[in-house]
Amino acid sequence: MMQISVRQLDKITVFDISGDIDLSTSPELRKALLRELKDRRMPRVVVNLQAVQYVDSSGVASLVEGLKASRDVGSRFVLCGLNTKVKDVLRLSRLGTIFEVCDSEEQALAP
Amino acid sequence: MGEGSLLLRMELQSNPAMLGVVRSAVTQLTESLGFPESECRAVVRAVDEALANIIRHAYRGQTGRPIEASFRSIRVRRDGGQRPALEILLEDQGVRVDRAKLRGRRLEDVRPGGLGLHFIHQSMDTVEFRHRRGKNRLRLVKFLHAPELHGVSEENR
Repeated sequence: MMQISVRQLDKITVFDISGDIDLSTSPELRKALLRELKDRRMPRVVVNLQAVQYVDSSGVASLVEGLKASRDVGSRFVLCGLNTKVKDVLRLSRLGTIFEVCDSEEQALAP
Repeated sequence: MGEGSLLLRMELQSNPAMLGVVRSAVTQLTESLGFPESECRAVVRAVDEALANIIRHAYRGQTGRPIEASFRSIRVRRDGGQRPALEILLEDQGVRVDRAKLRGRRLEDVRPGGLGLHFIHQSMDTVEFRHRRGKNRLRLVKFLHAPELHGVSEENR
C-alpha cells in the first residue's frame, strides 16, 4: 500500500509518499513523477520519503527515472526525509550519491 | 547438511499486491528466529526481490501462477563446526531463467532496473539457482550469527 499526495509551493512540487514502494506500487510513483517533470516541467520536484516504510529495486528504479527526466528538462530533483530503511536501500544500490538528498523538507525547499 | 525443520510454507500466486503480505510474514518469522533487525530487513528484501523477479521474468507479469515458498531452520557445516541458518526455497513453473542473467548488472550503469539480483546477493549468504523438472528453484541461506537459531529441532543438531 502506497499513498501519494502532491503539494504545490510556488514553483516547487512536493510529493509526500507514504507506505511501501514495491512492484505493485512503483509504476504509480513513476507515472506521477514523470508527469510532473516531463509534462508540467516543474523547475523543482521534491520527494518527501519520510513516511515510506519500504522501497524495493523497482522503487529505486522509479526514482532514477525521475532523476533522469529532471536532467532532461533541466529541473532539480530532490529527495528528503529518508529514514534508515530507505537510506539502506540507496546505499545498497550504490546510487545514493547520484541523488540530491536533504535531511529535511525545509532544506529541500530552500532557495 | 540435513533437511532441516520446516518453519513456514506458503503457496502463493504471482500477484504483486501480495508482496506486502509476504514481507510481513517474513519479518515476523525472522524476528522470532532471533535475527538482528538489519538482517531481518536483509532477508525480507531478498525474498521480496526474488518473488518480484519470478512475477516479472519467470511469469512475465502474468498473475495467478503458482509460487511455493518454504522456510526451514538448518545447520550447515562450515569452518569445522555447524552453523545455524535459515534456508528459503522459492519454486515457480515459469519460463526457465537464463543463469547468465542471474548475475545482475554493473552498478556503475546509472539506469533503472537490474538491481533486484544485486540486492539478493548482497542480502544473503548463499544464493543458488537451478531448473529441474519444469521448475525454477531458488535457494537462499542466511546464517544466524547470534548464539542459536530458535526453533532448530534436536534431530537436526
